[in-house]
Amino acid sequence: MPQLWQFTKLIRSKNAGPFELTFDIMFKDRESYERVLKSRVVSAERIAQLYGVPVAEVRRFEIEQIDTLKFSIPRKVFSGDVADTDVYGGQFHGPLVRLLVNEDE
Amino acid sequence: MWSCTFKDRITLSADRKPYGDSLKAAGKTIRAVAATGNLSTGFREESLVRAVNEGADFVGCDAGSTDSGPYYLGSGNPRGPRQGVKRNLGLILRETLRAGIPAIIGTAGHAGGRPHLEWTVDIVRELAREKDWHFKFASIDSEIEPAILADALRRGEIKPLSPAPLFNEEVIRQSQRFVAMMGIEPIQAALAGGAKLVIAGRCSDVAIYAALPVLRGIPKHVAFHAGKILECGAASVAQRLYPDCLAAELDAHGFTVEPPNPELRCTPQSVAAHTLYENADPYRLIEPGGVLDTTAAQYQAMSERAVRVEGGRFVPAKNYTVRIEGASLAGYRSIVIAGIRDPLILMQLDSFLSSLRATVERKIADNLAPPAGAYLLNFRVYGRDGTLGALETDANMAGHEVGLIIDVVASSQSLASDILPLVWHSGLHHPIPEYQGLISNFAFPFSPPGIDVGPVYRFCANHVWELDHPCKPFRTTWEEL
Repeated sequence: MPQLWQFTKLIRSKNAGPFELTFDIMFKDRESYERVLKSRVVSAERIAQLYGVPVAEVRRFEIEQIDTLKFSIPRKVFSGDVADTDVYGGQFHGPLVRLLVNEDE
Repeated sequence: MWSCTFKDRITLSADRKPYGDSLKAAGKTIRAVAATGNLSTGFREESLVRAVNEGADFVGCDAGSTDSGPYYLGSGNPRGPRQGVKRNLGLILRETLRAGIPAIIGTAGHAGGRPHLEWTVDIVRELAREKDWHFKFASIDSEIEPAILADALRRGEIKPLSPAPLFNEEVIRQSQRFVAMMGIEPIQAALAGGAKLVIAGRCSDVAIYAALPVLRGIPKHVAFHAGKILECGAASVAQRLYPDCLAAELDAHGFTVEPPNPELRCTPQSVAAHTLYENADPYRLIEPGGVLDTTAAQYQAMSERAVRVEGGRFVPAKNYTVRIEGASLAGYRSIVIAGIRDPLILMQLDSFLSSLRATVERKIADNLAPPAGAYLLNFRVYGRDGTLGALETDANMAGHEVGLIIDVVASSQSLASDILPLVWHSGLHHPIPEYQGLISNFAFPFSPPGIDVGPVYRFCANHVWELDHPCKPFRTTWEEL
């Protein structure tokens, strides 16, 4: 089964200010974007489950014109706080990269 | 030609001049130049010279961010290197003074507090002295005294954003430093007063680039959208080979963005994609005084390297607000870095570390008797979950070694420093059932194994302040060099 990164040209996470994280999944082309969207592999529910936040706090944007899916979530630990592991928020996207894209669902 | 609009596209009305002709039709254009995304990272000298020679009306540069965490705001220390900031500021001043146009620097010294502003102003004075430059400049202090903030809180002018940490008068009293993030108005006042250089404390990135165009009659929806695209310098080009300049020409209907460096190019995709970067919401950018809504924005290639942008909307806020940033002291940190390579320890790493924790907690109590809650001990295991912590989804620890950071944060540096050897020395010889006799479990790359990191800060406010005047919390100082 193909993995999410194989459909994309960029998967990244980043702080959106010290209190929020944002994830950009930019697809190679319209077809890749639509196939992944159809598979529902990166839904708000999936993000909520992966990052331990209530689904109501996941903001999801389909930015069709640049073949991009975007999610934003509140940080559980604020940037640079005592227990933070990633001040810039640049590696939180790790668990998304190899998500299996099941196109039969 | 490729064109893109965001969702819920609106069509340009027939009476509006689309694209290319609008520059001339509008009659009035403003050329804005972003020297680079951050004053300390630099740009190519020839790019800036070219951009100014092409007829710039001003050069802007952002010098800060909250991205690198609360340390800079809390400590008052700037993020250098000073030599790099001096080189970049020197080139910007040389070019703007030569062309007779203003330079605008935002979020001086990385956090925009008073010591950061003073550090930057000191560099300016030094440059002027060395180069024999004479000009009038304004520096805008955005640091907020705790007593003033507490008064504003009591008057109900401070409102939380989401998610917001607990914020009350006690938090204000115990914090190190607060800044308010200015919008365009204090910068405009400085420009109107004849400043050839404006050095702003904490400042909206967008405001650096929107202030002058709005002052000269460019509509806010154009100026703010251009500001958003310019604020990271060449970050909105298709392939940023190195940090560099970006230029935009603004008119009554939109703007055209083009890198002055011929090696770089903007595409509609690269420019549109930049509105996503570091923003929680790709369509709505909240700025002091209103929201830039790019839902209906259109991005169109004007050449191989230039992109025309139209269709943003500026929705004024009912109440003018500025964001408050604050940092409070969380403790003092000491750390040890150690490698673990023995497969038998790795096999039982969790139980090894939890049994080590129990041993050292007892030792710390016996030897140092710190008050309850005076320290936090955290084992950060790289190779397992050091990067994601509790969010790690991969239960396998597949590698043949791990990197361990023993992280102690305590109420004083001396307590953290004293705890550290108790932890690392205990861990070095902590037994496992498979071995009999004294073992040495940690490979320390350094002597001494431990490092005192210094104070640790935390962001203590995610709030906005409702103002009856946009310039109220900011104080401008004039200086003739």
